[in-house]
Amino acid sequence: MHSLFDSIVPGSSFFDLLRQCRSDLLPQMPIKPEGLSQAEIRELKDAPHGTTILALRFRDGALIAGDRQATEGYQVSSRRIEKVYRADEHSAIAIAGVAGPCIEMAKLFEVELTHYEKLEGMSLSLEGKANKLSQMVKANLPMAMQGLVVIPIFVGYDVRSSEGKIFKYDVTGGRYEETDYYATGSGGKDARSTMKKLYRDRMTEDEAIAVGLEALIDAAEEDVGTGGPDFIRGVFPTVKLAARAGLQDVPETRVRELCQAIIDRRKLVERGVKGETGAGEVS
Amino acid sequence: MALPYYVSPEQMMQDKAEYARKGIARGKSIIVLEYADGMMLVAENPSASLNKISEIYDRIAFAGAGRYSEFENLRKAGIRYADLKGFAYDREDVTAKSLANAYSQTIGNIFSEAMKPLEVDILVVEVADGGGLSNELYRIAFDGSIYDEKGFAAIGGQAEELRQHLKDKYQAGLDQQAALRLATQALEAVSSAKVKPQSLEVAVLERSRTGRKFRRLSQDDLTTILTDTE
Repeated sequence: MHSLFDSIVPGSSFFDLLRQCRSDLLPQMPIKPEGLSQAEIRELKDAPHGTTILALRFRDGALIAGDRQATEGYQVSSRRIEKVYRADEHSAIAIAGVAGPCIEMAKLFEVELTHYEKLEGMSLSLEGKANKLSQMVKANLPMAMQGLVVIPIFVGYDVRSSEGKIFKYDVTGGRYEETDYYATGSGGKDARSTMKKLYRDRMTEDEAIAVGLEALIDAAEEDVGTGGPDFIRGVFPTVKLAARAGLQDVPETRVRELCQAIIDRRKLVERGVKGETGAGEVS
Repeated sequence: MALPYYVSPEQMMQDKAEYARKGIARGKSIIVLEYADGMMLVAENPSASLNKISEIYDRIAFAGAGRYSEFENLRKAGIRYADLKGFAYDREDVTAKSLANAYSQTIGNIFSEAMKPLEVDILVVEVADGGGLSNELYRIAFDGSIYDEKGFAAIGGQAEELRQHLKDKYQAGLDQQAALRLATQALEAVSSAKVKPQSLEVAVLERSRTGRKFRRLSQDDLTTILTDTE
């Protein structure tokens, strides 16, 4: 530990610090220096995968949400995995891909942001945070080539421009800002289709949560990998809001009620009850 | 060419200690108090951006008196140490005790090996988070000696006078306002001058907060609390 107290340590990045002092703790450890065989890659691909995550902007900020299921091939490996993580006071990260490295990256990213904030005495700008995440995804590319793909969505409230922002990433670390909504993971396409129909500019917080849940429920209906609201076990999607007041969790009781409302309405539509249009309705 | 001459180890250590003490005595002082909701750190600091008090980890804060560049290095090293440990094990496992020991080792080594000792005294403070644990408060001196303090502690130029003052006036279970008032009075008593809110740097470790317990009190907070008490 003595070396940590020497002055030849990196600047304000925890990621760089790990690389220099404790590279064994880095998520991007090469599994085998000579690379993996096809069979080994196939086996890794069967590792638990997290599935659908989404984000959308609303009047007061940005929303980020994810279902709770992890799958291993055609099996459910966990029903209550967490894919949406608080990153700091004003931002959150959701991750789709192989569960192990995903969770590790979310944890590392959170430490990275607070580490910088403590050392420098102020937090990174939202763009700075998004760029940092991009570098971390890029550093994961060798792992991704071996099947351990990690794809995050990052949302935050930009206190400088007073608006919520969404950043999506590709496997090479490419960073793209989305203006309205985005979803990824195995049910991402279904969730995007729903949001495409329901998204409106400057929605209220309630409307945004309803649209997000509607999209997750659609993804769960169409995609085998995505878990829907589970009333028997009491497992519901995670929803977080990044707004001026900071990042807040939408309480599970509220998510449960809204899920119940969506499902009740669908039941009525299935039975063809008059006066219920269902499609296109938000709340 | 000058002849090499013999200096006894006792003499050398004494000289170093005197040098360090003189350096620290030139600086302003810092007080830590245990109060009802956690721990309060109060520093006299004319600068609003060059901090003497800082967050290290969820429940741990740091304060340094003496030469800024030196305790700033120690502060950064402490954050790195804590973040690495918390990442490798768990956030729960980062404790003030192990950090204070690491500081004590490092500062002690520098004192005995380097030509110039560090001109710093530091405090490592931890607020207990339930589970029947008690708050922890360590003072580490320029020579690496470590003291486990109870209730209150002071470092810096007038540490000894402040300790005497607090010894008479301190009581357990003060509320935030009373604790800040006591600290300000102590600072005023030893410097026999009025302490303005603008020249104070105050932070608290609040037990009731979830996650990161460190919070700085803003100038507005300080002005409100201090003017209310008068």
